[in-house]
Amino acid sequence: MGYTGEYAGEYTREELLICAIARMLEGCRNIAVGTASPIPGSAALLMQALTGGTSRASILGSNIHNPFNDGGPELFDRAGQGRVDAFFLGGGQIDGEANINLVSTGPYPEPDTRFPGSFGSAYLYFSVPRVILFREEHSRRVFVDKVDFISAPGWSPPGVHRPGGPHALITSLCIFLYDKEHRRFRLDGLLPGATLEQVRDNTGFDFDCPDDVGPVAPPEPDWIALIHSRIAEEISETYPEFARNRLDWQG
Amino acid sequence: MDTPENYISADEIASRIPDGALIGVPKEDGGVAMEVTRALIRRGARNLRLLTVPVSSMQADILIGAGCVSEIETSGVSMGEFGYAPCFRRAVQDGAIAMRDATCPALYAELQASEKGSPFQPLRGIIGSDVLAHRADWKVIDNPFAEGGGDPIVLLPAVRPDVALFHARYGDRHGNVWVGPKRECVLLAHASASTFVTVEEIWDGNLMEDDRMLAGTIPPVYVDAVAHAKRGAWPLSLANCYGRDCEHLRDYVKAAKSPEGFADYLKQHVHAEQAVA
Repeated sequence: MGYTGEYAGEYTREELLICAIARMLEGCRNIAVGTASPIPGSAALLMQALTGGTSRASILGSNIHNPFNDGGPELFDRAGQGRVDAFFLGGGQIDGEANINLVSTGPYPEPDTRFPGSFGSAYLYFSVPRVILFREEHSRRVFVDKVDFISAPGWSPPGVHRPGGPHALITSLCIFLYDKEHRRFRLDGLLPGATLEQVRDNTGFDFDCPDDVGPVAPPEPDWIALIHSRIAEEISETYPEFARNRLDWQG
Repeated sequence: MDTPENYISADEIASRIPDGALIGVPKEDGGVAMEVTRALIRRGARNLRLLTVPVSSMQADILIGAGCVSEIETSGVSMGEFGYAPCFRRAVQDGAIAMRDATCPALYAELQASEKGSPFQPLRGIIGSDVLAHRADWKVIDNPFAEGGGDPIVLLPAVRPDVALFHARYGDRHGNVWVGPKRECVLLAHASASTFVTVEEIWDGNLMEDDRMLAGTIPPVYVDAVAHAKRGAWPLSLANCYGRDCEHLRDYVKAAKSPEGFADYLKQHVHAEQAVA
């Protein structure tokens, strides 16, 4: 919300981000969403709705949209078995090798700024094949050359069991895809109003950039309708503030 | 249903949790014993070591802010939608509490080892993280079953909390408590040296004799004492019973951003007799 550009007024940033994430979830049977993730949660629920339940969303903290009943360990046990296809992580800091920091900036353990903590990242980043990094604030404060604390590394040396890892990074300015072989991000699309120069100015790490970076595809109109009805209602159980303030849910 | 005669009060539970105890507590949606948490603050508990299973929100934050905690092992402390946990952040930045950063399944594994009476539990992942780098008590070995050697894997030591503390939906007069699908509370009770539970409602009958309730019930062999605390998780939620008190949590976060505001909050909602929902 609040951006200007050629798409301004036609749809909101939330709608665009939810749809962009949902497209990345195509083919995933089990999509898990962790803490403090209303937009990824909405995208997972959207995919579930669009596939008639073939893609299953599990929203941490939800009593209804969580097809598991064996308590907190179950998600991690399933991920360990390879039965979770997609998950989302953020980061107080994220660097160019996709290392993420959810713990703190400055020295450890008495930091300059303390974040909540690593949550399940140090495990799920290893076990879930398609981890989508989502961080709306696109700034040099967040996207740094090297994170101050590695909650979970973006890559592992040969010999370390690692079926999972980063797939993409989505911000309020752009979408990067992660190149596992070269351990680098590649710019894949710009959000409305964002420019390549703006992305470069606000990114503290080097990334690859093709010559013809286009815009992120606009949200599908019928998806938008779904977002403001069924999805808003479903996500409001876990994220009432988000549903009210950012999806205009009045329920 | 009347409160059973063998129940004690939330304040009595707080008095039976000694200073210095290692306390295991569930995450926000697992059933948080907030009434006892306030009672711990009222009794001036000190040097508690918190083990959050695997994360916490207001419970850890308010205990830290009130000076009850010397150490915390956690995978995260956050107020979720309402923002960062102000007292937790302040205390860690000031070095006022010892920090043992973990990751969710590692905390479950530590308790699962304790539950089995095993010295440790192996777990994939974690290798190459600074979480591991700062945990001298977590070890890495090569998988002894790997053909051709190699294949490093992390070992988590068994952790046995002195006290497990949580809030459950039902308790009966036979000392059973029902947590339903909140298996992390079952794990906590199995793994801990003692367990104290507050319950929302009294179940008329024996939870162990009802097949529909049996699997979600923790029997008294694991439970040391039960208190009846209606809205005992307030201002947090209790699954399928009541939701979070969003307005109160918003106000709490706002107040706790300054030590003065936090002190006012305690005066108003904790020390002024029993907090009323």
